[in-house]
Amino acid sequence: MSVRETTRRTWWTAIALGVFVVAVFLGVMIGPAGRVSSANWDIIWNVRMPRVALAGIVGATLSLAGASYQGVFRNPLVDPYLLGVAAGAGLGATIIFAVGRDATSGWPVDPLPLVSFIGGLVAVMITYLVGAAFGASRSSTSLVLAGVAVVSLFTAIQTFVLQRNNDVIREVYSWILGRVSNATWGDVRLVLPYVVVTSAVLLLHRRHLDLFRVGDDEAASLGSDVARVRIVVVTAATMGTAAVVSVSGLIGFVGVIVPHAVRLMAGASYRRVLPLSLIVGATFLILVDIPGRVLQDPAETPIGVVTAFFGAPFFILLLRSRKAIA
Amino acid sequence: MSSVHLDALSVSYDHSVALSPFTSEVRSGEWLCLIGPNGAGKSSMLRAIAGLVPHDGAIVIDGVPLSIRSARRRATLVAYVPQSPVMPDDMTAFEYVLLGRSPYVSYFGHESRHDRAMVANVLERLDLVAFSSRQLGTMSGGERQRLVIARALAQEAPVLLLDEPTSALDIGHQQQALELVDRLRRENGLTVISAMHDLTLAGLYADRLALLHEGHLVAMGDAATVLRAETLSEFYGASVTVHQHDDGTVVVIPRRTLQ
Repeated sequence: MSVRETTRRTWWTAIALGVFVVAVFLGVMIGPAGRVSSANWDIIWNVRMPRVALAGIVGATLSLAGASYQGVFRNPLVDPYLLGVAAGAGLGATIIFAVGRDATSGWPVDPLPLVSFIGGLVAVMITYLVGAAFGASRSSTSLVLAGVAVVSLFTAIQTFVLQRNNDVIREVYSWILGRVSNATWGDVRLVLPYVVVTSAVLLLHRRHLDLFRVGDDEAASLGSDVARVRIVVVTAATMGTAAVVSVSGLIGFVGVIVPHAVRLMAGASYRRVLPLSLIVGATFLILVDIPGRVLQDPAETPIGVVTAFFGAPFFILLLRSRKAIA
Repeated sequence: MSSVHLDALSVSYDHSVALSPFTSEVRSGEWLCLIGPNGAGKSSMLRAIAGLVPHDGAIVIDGVPLSIRSARRRATLVAYVPQSPVMPDDMTAFEYVLLGRSPYVSYFGHESRHDRAMVANVLERLDLVAFSSRQLGTMSGGERQRLVIARALAQEAPVLLLDEPTSALDIGHQQQALELVDRLRRENGLTVISAMHDLTLAGLYADRLALLHEGHLVAMGDAATVLRAETLSEFYGASVTVHQHDDGTVVVIPRRTLQ
């Protein structure tokens, strides 16, 4: 790598970290209860700080997972939602609610994140197998279309399960909407172990994702165990996604927008895209969470609504500019 | 310097035979060129040697069967250039050639200073230094072909497999690419196995030609032995005139039927 490249990387990392610090500061300062003072320290520590922490963790994980899925599937359009991971995780969670939270309360490990993870993993595997079967060379569009089909299927099954268990509809819907807005330190503690493992595994594979950019055959001829790396990366990304979805609810498009913006700034090498997506993703979601608090004060605008409002038009623009890739 | 011994190498896909048992010894530093009509089994043979498709029979490099080597070790012995390499538009030339060092990097590791110096050296040898931080999408066909060869060279494998290395290039760039392979073969002692459609170029650069037809080897030898009008008519269904120059160059010219 030339000196210029190294300098460029250092600069972008520094800028990203700077903006992140500013975002955290704003996230702590702004809210219906006003600025920081000794009088509302309790609000800062128990309401805003966990909220900022959780939004940061969720944004970082969704962005990192999105970038990793894009790498292993060689498709810049996929994200945890389009691949069906979120729908699968949602179905898993719904089943746990249907079984009854009382029945599982005595278990040593809370099965909710685990079953969400299994649901998400099953969904992404189906998407991948279907997409690969129809697109001989796994064209970008066949994978996205397979994702659409899998999302519909899992959502349908979820609706069916809900109809059979009317009593848990409220619980499930509040799960789907997420609870970033009333996050507690307990939520942060629940997802942190999963997210740390996911991030470590994905970041350790960033060189492999660069190798994947030349396709399965050439990566294999360069000594990569393509199938194994793909399974490890997909499993790690799915675990992180399922864990954060279980506290944040459905937040779409973050996994597409953030890695794409990072590529425009710092180049397409996954060695830069992965760590920067982590930082920029956290920053993005912390910032996006702020208008939700004050727009309809005293009511909350769910964070998923705000991201979709910006994300959907962005995704369409991206689809337009990427016409040639399919 | 490495010899390649192919012992009854065969490839099948779902019961259809792509390559019938093929046995030959490719000497160290030799250039063997596979020719034959589409679907003759040329690519299958190259892909089998590169370890990309399951095969029967043995591929032995310097006395050791490839099957007992790990994928990474195999990649230090055999470099493979596919017919249409995947070249991401937004990857830089340096990043692309650096991928050639992957077999030398541990699973969780990153390329060392030595690996980067090696890539810089290859770029310099192939006159590509000026392109180092350019994105592949902005480069011409000839420049891209040189980069693909640069990546294979960075791999430092003694055996180089080329599948139709020049099919997308004009006559000038075809010549440049083949001259480059020929020069590197002599300088580095590479053993080259290629598949080519242009018979005149194949005869010009390769030491030995192997003519495949429907998976079977039907003729093998130097250009004058294999490139004969009746042989080409029989297996390609082509009507050609073959000229042999005094310096041994064999030229294959298609003949127009209607005058």
